[in-house]
Amino acid sequence: MNVEAIIRAYIAENILFSGNGYPYRDDASFLDGGIIDSANVMELVMFVEEKFGLSVEDTDIVPDNFDSVRLLAAYVRRKQPILA
Amino acid sequence: MNEALAPGTQATFGRHSLAIDAAREAERLTDELSRGVHQTLRRQGAVVGISGGIDSSVVLALCARALGPDRVVGVLLPERESSPESADLAHELAARYGVATVTEDITGILDGAGCYRRRDEAIRRLFPEFGAGWKAKIVLAGNLLEQAALNVFRLVVTDPQGCESGKRLPLPEFNQIVAASNFKQRARMSLLYYHAELRNYAVIGTANKNEHALGFFVKYGDGGVDIQLIAHLYKTQVYQLARYLDVPEEIQRRTPTTDTYPGGSTQEEFFYRVPFDILDTVWLGHERGLPAEEIGHALDLTPEQTQRIIADINSKQRATSYLRRSPIIVEAPNG
Repeated sequence: MNVEAIIRAYIAENILFSGNGYPYRDDASFLDGGIIDSANVMELVMFVEEKFGLSVEDTDIVPDNFDSVRLLAAYVRRKQPILA
Repeated sequence: MNEALAPGTQATFGRHSLAIDAAREAERLTDELSRGVHQTLRRQGAVVGISGGIDSSVVLALCARALGPDRVVGVLLPERESSPESADLAHELAARYGVATVTEDITGILDGAGCYRRRDEAIRRLFPEFGAGWKAKIVLAGNLLEQAALNVFRLVVTDPQGCESGKRLPLPEFNQIVAASNFKQRARMSLLYYHAELRNYAVIGTANKNEHALGFFVKYGDGGVDIQLIAHLYKTQVYQLARYLDVPEEIQRRTPTTDTYPGGSTQEEFFYRVPFDILDTVWLGHERGLPAEEIGHALDLTPEQTQRIIADINSKQRATSYLRRSPIIVEAPNG
């Protein structure tokens, strides 16, 4: 499973409680689209730290890294080159 | 749209657009209060929790006008971490409007519920040395005017020597600190209803628009009231009413705090991340459907800064909609 698929599956199962997967495009903005809300951001930070074994710096928690499946996957790959 | 706004004579949008006709609004609110308390709720008076802050002061003043001071009780609800200044100001306020007060120290209730213990357990998981003489507060990292920031909370502790340090709050610790701290607002709500039921009075809420619509309140805590009187008014408009109602100067000058965390965080650093005059003006412009460029121009902000504030307003409203929901009532099956 690639990074995008892992992120999509996590959000579908734990945030959207969707019975049919992640129904948005990978570049859809989480916040603008109401896909996740601001309270879920901390949950996503914990998820990527635990799932991908990386340490998220405070300065990394910005929309450029955390506002879509595509942006988050790209961030994970930059932090964890073995996944690239 | 804000119905309290004075008819504008100025052509352009700006901070002045938040101006209200305070006399007319005070009269309207006293009518609403009188009708709501006596006719709709069939109560004989009003109970208001007073903290020495601007919002509860305005609500107390309006209640005294609407119902008469002898049908209003101001309840002070301090606990061991409250600022002593709050009680002094609340007494001064009640004396100004001729309203009787009751003081209920909720420290014992909070101790019994484990409020402090549960909260401090979570703090010590991040700062094991946290203990007597230390202070702690939660803040939202980042100023919206400086950077695009997501809503990520930090725990900031101060040791007995005054040395401050902070860490990002992981979700389990954040949830535990908030859940434990919310005992404070819920204990206060219980005691307000005790004093209301004792007298057949209603409980009047003190949340302004910023608090109510952005979710800066505790469900069934300070959100547990019979009438929300000023939830349509921006914070800056509450100050306008305070001036009109002659709320004591010291209360008008006081910096709004959460009055929840022992480190004494301001509302701006805890939650809003921009000064109220900027937040309120941007929000009003957004509600009027003005483009970000026009709103920003009026405040010397870039369109990007304005857009970040609008995005934060929208995000907080969405994230906290659960707080404003009534219970879901499941209906009986058909047939």
